[in-house]
Amino acid sequence: MRTEKVMGSGQKKESLAAEVRSLFVSNIRDYAMYIALAVIFLIFTITTKGLFISSRNLINLVNQTGYVAVLAIGMTLILIIKHIDLSIGFVAGFLGAVAAILLSNGWNVWLVIPTVLACGVLVGVYQGFLVTKIQVPAFVTTLAGMFMFRGLLSMVTAGTGTIIVRDRVFLQLSNGYIPDLPWGANFDFHLLTMLVGIGLVAAMIFSQVRHRQSLIRYQFKTNSPTIFAVKQVALSVIIMVITWIMASYRGIPWTAVIVTVVLLIYNFVLTKTRFGRHVYAIGGNAEAAELSGIKVNRVTFLVFSSMGLMAALAGMLYTSRLASATPTAGLGFELDAIASSYIGGVSVGGGVGRVTNTIIGALVIMSLTNGMNLLGVDISFQYVVKGAIFVLAVAFDITTRKRAKA
Amino acid sequence: MTKKLLEMRSITKEFPGVKALDNVNITVNEGEIHAVVGENGAGKSTLMNVLSGVYPYGSYSGDVFFDGQLCRHQGIKDSERLGIVIIHQELALVPYLSIGENMFLGNEQQRRGRIDWHKTHQKAEEYMRIVGLQENPHTLVKDISVGKQQLIEIAKALAKNVRLLILDEPTSSLNESDSKNVLDLLLRLQEQGVTSIIISHKLNEISYCADRITILRDGSTVETLDNQSAEIPEERIVKGMVGREMTERYPTRSRKVQDEIALEVKDFTVYHELFPDRKVVDNVSLKLHKGEVVGIYGLIGAGRSELALSIFGQAYGTKASGKIYKDGVLLELNSVPDAIRANIAYVTEDRKGSGLILSNSIVHNITLPRMDFVSQGMRIDKDLERKTADHYRESLDIKTPSVGQLVENLSGGNQQKVLLGKWIFSQPDVLLLDEPTRGVDVGAKYEIYQIINELVEEGKSALFISSELTEILGMCDRIYVMNQGRIIGEFLAEEATQEIIMNRIMQDSKGEIGA
Repeated sequence: MRTEKVMGSGQKKESLAAEVRSLFVSNIRDYAMYIALAVIFLIFTITTKGLFISSRNLINLVNQTGYVAVLAIGMTLILIIKHIDLSIGFVAGFLGAVAAILLSNGWNVWLVIPTVLACGVLVGVYQGFLVTKIQVPAFVTTLAGMFMFRGLLSMVTAGTGTIIVRDRVFLQLSNGYIPDLPWGANFDFHLLTMLVGIGLVAAMIFSQVRHRQSLIRYQFKTNSPTIFAVKQVALSVIIMVITWIMASYRGIPWTAVIVTVVLLIYNFVLTKTRFGRHVYAIGGNAEAAELSGIKVNRVTFLVFSSMGLMAALAGMLYTSRLASATPTAGLGFELDAIASSYIGGVSVGGGVGRVTNTIIGALVIMSLTNGMNLLGVDISFQYVVKGAIFVLAVAFDITTRKRAKA
Repeated sequence: MTKKLLEMRSITKEFPGVKALDNVNITVNEGEIHAVVGENGAGKSTLMNVLSGVYPYGSYSGDVFFDGQLCRHQGIKDSERLGIVIIHQELALVPYLSIGENMFLGNEQQRRGRIDWHKTHQKAEEYMRIVGLQENPHTLVKDISVGKQQLIEIAKALAKNVRLLILDEPTSSLNESDSKNVLDLLLRLQEQGVTSIIISHKLNEISYCADRITILRDGSTVETLDNQSAEIPEERIVKGMVGREMTERYPTRSRKVQDEIALEVKDFTVYHELFPDRKVVDNVSLKLHKGEVVGIYGLIGAGRSELALSIFGQAYGTKASGKIYKDGVLLELNSVPDAIRANIAYVTEDRKGSGLILSNSIVHNITLPRMDFVSQGMRIDKDLERKTADHYRESLDIKTPSVGQLVENLSGGNQQKVLLGKWIFSQPDVLLLDEPTRGVDVGAKYEIYQIINELVEEGKSALFISSELTEILGMCDRIYVMNQGRIIGEFLAEEATQEIIMNRIMQDSKGEIGA
């Protein structure tokens, strides 16, 4: 018999300490991710003597995380429906090179971006077709894709080696900041960034309060008002600190804007639409989904197409960041994306996962990369560390899920 | 003087927040068949897991004595060493290994680190003889029937020098003749001195073979009944299980079978998915009237589920031919969404495998087939969705603190109600119910029958597929009998009896052999 305590007026309330403890136990999976992130931040801040936590480096971290975050968002859907895509690293690398070539041939940047995105969708369509219509396992399809696109990347960069990108708009994608308001010059911080930050806090509190009201209306279990308030204040402080860091530097990077837009769209689709529900249903039990009238093949096909789109976007972000396309671009991106998703709580068994948490996973992975680069850790050793963190995260996930079931 | 083989004393096992077993006592004498019965969630499986060492010594309180010795099992291996072997409800055979290989899986017949295949197959044949199975030990397990697979499981246990055999729902996926075969085997083994514990929902089977019956309810022992001297009536067992008298096993409905035909299937033929020359459904024609419950009875493999699935938008098989009329209109059903839009629902026999998304909430499961009912354009109206799910929680009496609960946390009976709720939500006129009460306890069964009755009283019609003949006779207005893909008989409820139906199948099977 499960005894759910419904917090009613005047009912006996759990003590605050007990509630905190129970919250912690039941959400250990989510909290572990934040704790890991905090520990990583702390360690690197100490070992780099504060260099890691400087505004400049944190903005750098955001720009670095951009392409991985975008890939990881696409990958989250793939993993939820129990497939995998190993090709995305070199697909991104190849399409980034395609963008660089088109630009150096004098194409207009506003034509290049949609063209490359469309190419990404085509790649996804091709792999989705093999997986759904021909029933080639995704592992095989995308492993073959990994080879093919690696080869294609070498081919297109063979003549020139590194392809330099000089287009100013394209370079803004991963290196630029949103412009300030006309009268922003009167302040010694980036005014628009501050306003956006304040707006974000207001929007968050508003939506949280509404969510809580609806939970109460349906008599679902809610946290006590104290905990709720503490949570809001803490989140607001975090948002404002990040905002201040950005505002006191040069404002919000375009990368952050792009990732946020992608994240909001994917989060809406996954949580609020029928398509999203179908994705979770297929991941949970494909046969039951099919018998409930869901076109499993069609959804799978669309998820692969979206992955291709995200790979194209990531490829361009990466090319923009380096201001060039290189023959080795994309190496190991798939590992970063898969690791971000799993660290962000996507279940290895499929059917479970959230893109909002995947972003945190991507931050964990990229903080490691960034911090180790600052410390001058050898790249070979970085692979060892990342591999170990990845497998630890999955092992932790599996054990906590098992315990939750027992 | 009978000797006690097993004694479990005041066993208490707690999970976080739940007391699964509360001071349970049970004694099993050497050489007896002891039945353990109880509703779903009464603690039967937990008790067996304590006994077999799945829950190690120390994780429960109380003592287990086997053959006079206190047991301190750390795992299944420890209990197997003593000769305690458990056969789980879901068969644990590897389909692509042979009968011989399966029988000695984990118990390989080896000499100096190498498997002795001669010995393996020779011993496999020996044990197959004991369980009365005539097959080549080289045959792959996937190529033999479920009934025979169950016999292999028992043979596998015998090969481990079993002293106490525990069978968890051994007949839940078997038809009546295969079930009887298994029970008779238990009785034969009993004569050779094998003690067994059988867990079953099928009370007729328990009265048939058990010497003593222990009843569990809500994690406690209610009583142990002696079935040896005088047979205990099933009603008496049910009373112990549910804690009240259950006079009616099947609820009555105010008979309102209408003259109008809701669904008519004509000359339906479907071929096997993997072997396209094998007919699985052979020229079947049938009718469902409004307000009618029509039963389909047949042995396993008769093609019942395949028939229902292929009516449901060709979800099974290839080269389907034949016509389906609904309310007199010819339908073109090429996919599951077509069938759902035509207001036909198929409630699967396998709720975990193909019915529910266990990792999703009750709400998400219920609205899945018709999300357009709770969406505005692209966006799901979550308030409406929750309200809808709450409605089914109340009307179907799904026991859960909230509809946000994950389905995997519900008991079998409640999961089955969610499955029914999901398809009732799709607003069907015709329900194809495939084993709608499989693996649920007596109380929940009764509730499911009531739900079905309410639906047909509203003018819907139901095709009721079941392997339990008593259930078919108790619930249906009209019964079709299927064998080898064909409909071989049609009976009105008043004229049908178990004997008539079984005779019809036997005759038909004989004719097949003679021809």
